[in-house]
Amino acid sequence: MQFSIYIIAECNMKLMTRDDKSLLYNVGGKEGVLDEEVLLLTQQLLSSNPDFATLWNYRREILLHLETVRSEDEIQRLYEEELSFLEACLKVNPKSYGSWHHRGWVSTRLPRPDWARELSLCERCLSLDDRNFHCWDYRRMVVRVSGVPVDQELQFTDRLIGSNFSNYSSWHYRSTLLPLLHPGSPETHSHRVCEEQLLKEYELVQNAFFTDPNDQSAWFYYRWLLGRGVCVCMISCVYVSREGERVVVAFSRPALSVGLLLVVDGQPQQVNWRSAHPRLRHSPMWICDLPPGTISDTSNEHNLTVHWTERHTHRDCALYTGRSESWCRDSATDLELFRSELSVEKSSVLQSELQSCTQLLELEPQNKWCLLTIILLMRALDPLGYEKETLAYFQTLKEVDSMRTSYYSDLCSKFMIENTILKMEYAEVRVFSLCEKNLSTLCHLDQLLLVTHINLSSNQLLGLPPQFAMLQCLEVLQADDNAIENLEGVYHLSKLEEVSLRNNNITQLSDLKILTTCPRLARLDLRGNPITQIANIQSQLAELLPSITELLL
Amino acid sequence: FKLNLPSHSDERLSESVIAAACARVGQRVLHVDRRSYYAANWASFTFNGLLSWIDDNKVCTYFTLLFITPVNSFKQQDQEECAPLAEDQQILSSDGEPQGEEQLSGSAPTQAKKKKISYTKIVKEGRRFNIDLVSKLMYSRGLLVDLLIKSNVSRYAEFKNVSRILTYRQGKVEQVPCSRADVFGSKELTVVEKRMLMKFLTFCLDYEQHPEEYQDFTERSFWEFLQNNMLTENLQHFVLHSIAMVPRETHTEEGLRSTQHFLRSLGRYGNTPFLFPIYGLGEIPQCFCRMCAVFGGIYCLRHSVQCLVLDKESGRCKAVIDTCGQRISCSHFVVEDGYIREEQRKGVEHKHISRAVLITDGLLLQSESEQQISLVTVPPLEPGAPAVRLVELCSSTMTCMPGTYLVHLTCPSSGSAREDLQPVVSRLFTKPASDGSDERPAVLWAVYFNMRDSTAADRSGYDLPGNVHVCSGPDAALGSDHSIRLAQEVFRQLAPHEEFCPPAPNPEDIVYDGDGGQGEGAGFSEAAQAEEGAAEEAEESKEKEASQESSPVEVGEMPDPPPAPLAEE
Repeated sequence: MQFSIYIIAECNMKLMTRDDKSLLYNVGGKEGVLDEEVLLLTQQLLSSNPDFATLWNYRREILLHLETVRSEDEIQRLYEEELSFLEACLKVNPKSYGSWHHRGWVSTRLPRPDWARELSLCERCLSLDDRNFHCWDYRRMVVRVSGVPVDQELQFTDRLIGSNFSNYSSWHYRSTLLPLLHPGSPETHSHRVCEEQLLKEYELVQNAFFTDPNDQSAWFYYRWLLGRGVCVCMISCVYVSREGERVVVAFSRPALSVGLLLVVDGQPQQVNWRSAHPRLRHSPMWICDLPPGTISDTSNEHNLTVHWTERHTHRDCALYTGRSESWCRDSATDLELFRSELSVEKSSVLQSELQSCTQLLELEPQNKWCLLTIILLMRALDPLGYEKETLAYFQTLKEVDSMRTSYYSDLCSKFMIENTILKMEYAEVRVFSLCEKNLSTLCHLDQLLLVTHINLSSNQLLGLPPQFAMLQCLEVLQADDNAIENLEGVYHLSKLEEVSLRNNNITQLSDLKILTTCPRLARLDLRGNPITQIANIQSQLAELLPSITELLL
Repeated sequence: FKLNLPSHSDERLSESVIAAACARVGQRVLHVDRRSYYAANWASFTFNGLLSWIDDNKVCTYFTLLFITPVNSFKQQDQEECAPLAEDQQILSSDGEPQGEEQLSGSAPTQAKKKKISYTKIVKEGRRFNIDLVSKLMYSRGLLVDLLIKSNVSRYAEFKNVSRILTYRQGKVEQVPCSRADVFGSKELTVVEKRMLMKFLTFCLDYEQHPEEYQDFTERSFWEFLQNNMLTENLQHFVLHSIAMVPRETHTEEGLRSTQHFLRSLGRYGNTPFLFPIYGLGEIPQCFCRMCAVFGGIYCLRHSVQCLVLDKESGRCKAVIDTCGQRISCSHFVVEDGYIREEQRKGVEHKHISRAVLITDGLLLQSESEQQISLVTVPPLEPGAPAVRLVELCSSTMTCMPGTYLVHLTCPSSGSAREDLQPVVSRLFTKPASDGSDERPAVLWAVYFNMRDSTAADRSGYDLPGNVHVCSGPDAALGSDHSIRLAQEVFRQLAPHEEFCPPAPNPEDIVYDGDGGQGEGAGFSEAAQAEEGAAEEAEESKEKEASQESSPVEVGEMPDPPPAPLAEE
């Protein structure tokens, strides 16, 4: 009695009434019988417990069997009865997976379906609980199968949002309908909405967040409207160094090295690509060593091409006579790399949105959603120009929403790093300095491939993460007055000569072991770290790092 | 005859609630009503019923200014002192001039092309109308709704949400954003105004928690407070006239309290704070009458009390004498203020309510749906004039025939109803004769009348025996809290140790104890029993359930009736 075992396993016998138990026994005894008597028996059981998947399955088997032996009219009647039975089940439990699924199945089997009736059923259910996602799912199915026009559906969301705008489901549904009904221009991305409609949506959503600025659903929709930049995957930089005969390729976003092909002076090279750090499997940066002698002679000029067959893209780089290194890349400013949080094309739109939000902030100075949105808008408009205001808003945010202080710190760190990179790009230097800015995390390190000097002193860093290994040109690292305890990212930095880590939190010799991968390291400052308290530390360090000529403890 | 029971005369809201509450806890209740219909001033009339009511009250056919006038007279009997019931002389002067638009309605506006409803049609469909003499709405969290729920009386009636709150501003009717959804959807407000309004309303919801916000204004008016809160002119209008619904000079705290009352009722049943009973407000006293009847209350319609029999020593009323000369003993007597003669009043000055009832052919503010129940607040048209409250009922409330709207206008009287309300009517409505260019709905028929507002009176205002309890008539307020509070107070005096309207058991839980219950009717004249039957018929004709409930029966799970007070002889 395989079937009975399923049933017993599925239902909690303790919760069943004596009547139900005897019914169940009867059903078990009928296994394999596909007639209306069993239909009735299962109906009795399901009406008190509609979440009984096996019984629904049994019913489906019976109904499928009856389809083969009955006339269409009889089948129609049978399925209509099934629908009204299901309605009763939904009254018992409006969120029953079994009932909704069965209803979907019945609706598609019905010879002459009445979709209008199904839509009105959904409407009734949603008016009782506008967040019943089972009903939302079922409704989407009905709409798809019966071909309800998109504009009619948009009106439906208008109505639901009008009666209660705290409804993620309606807003979300809207976000799927708008690109269908009002697609953006072809050159912009396909998921976008045309400008004219977008302006109407801004107005709608502003009405919502001005009415109730503490309601999240409107703010989330607003973020969707403002858009999120789509980062196209491409080769953003190729760097060649004669010394060590090394080629570094950077992607615009993390990827595998599959399909990466290096051609030097027309000759495909057999090379092994490795990521900047073994812990980064998907990495925005891949490194390879050329066979010795390929480019070591400074009197030769070389032309390199990196092909990325996966993405049908490539990038050239020329290494001229007498030069020890060379690179080819887009500057961060050209790409507007850091505006990708918001993708609205026109700054005039952003400007007016910023005005509305600032207006709201005057009325609601404590509103975190408003503060955060203002920060994002400011960044999209002019990240450097608004830097001071942005920092002040972050300060307020941390005060009004203290539960998320760390999140805001990290976000602020990210923006500060972006700004510093932009400044560095404008100044065309290879020095990155970001001191006393309360940095709590490091990011965008792939953008720092060419940096030779970095100063991160007086922040709140706890470590140098694996991504730090992407600073392939780094010669001097200063990170005094942080709380650094691990140096994981100081890995195979072949040009690193000087490391200053005064007043950090390095406690064990093993923490420094990673430095042995940096062959040129000559100066190391560890003053003010707990490690200096260890006996014989000087001799142990000398043993561990023989290349060091100047050790400060 | 001797009957030891609290006796009531008429069933207005308070009286019917008291009667129900008494019957519910086992008191014996006799209702006496001079009229052939229930609920007196709280009654709902069919159109034709209203016409004969107008006739009965001997008022001008088109403009009625009246007060119900009981016709009982003082009578001496034996050596006992009889406190007479008064004849109320309070009939306001009628201006009586036949008016254009109302006359028109009589001659059927055939020339009007767009509107096809004629006076004859209205008369013909007269039964579809349920016209209330008082115009009120039920606050979703008011005392009345709470009582209906608590006592289970709500099952005797059905209700509809008032769908819109409108106001008359700058010459046009517009929707008042009062709920969160309204504010969100409003086209009239800028986003900044939306924020300000929501912020202000959120504050009002628990203003007691933030006394610092208004303490400087406790001695000043709500109007000043609103201005000081930097609310725009738009918002000041909405809050003052349509949400708080108070005059400008109202004190800040009272204004805040009214606003809070409005807001607390929001969202319980819909997007406005109000409910309206299907078939009209007259249903509500009737529901309580049903409850009273279920628990043994007896009704005598077309019957009235001539005089009270007082005990010389205690000065208490111990019996009443009805119009047939029958003596009915009672331990308490509840009567409406309108029946009290001037001699028994101690300088109580009555205010009056100006009322108008219109039948119109369209909505004041068009919308997708024809079926709208709207509350319209019209601020004073000129300084010193009263604010007018207007309730527009659609046919789905079963108070008017399809295609028409029943409009009730109410304001505290400063002159005659016509003087007070006609200016508002002429601005908001047009005549059926006008050509199609006018957007405003046309008035098909109208009646104006004044009613006495006796809310200000309390016990000390009457020179009456201690066990005679006076209920005030309808008041000008929008809600019914006053009547319910009053009923509760009277009930406390009648039955100090009993619960006020505990939940009635469901009909299926009631155990009928054979025919033993009939005994309670003993001692009544044939006439009284006939009236009782009439009451039953009336209920049956309303297609209400279980007519047998209205005969006096013993009810299962009932507390024992308290010992009946002894008659003093």
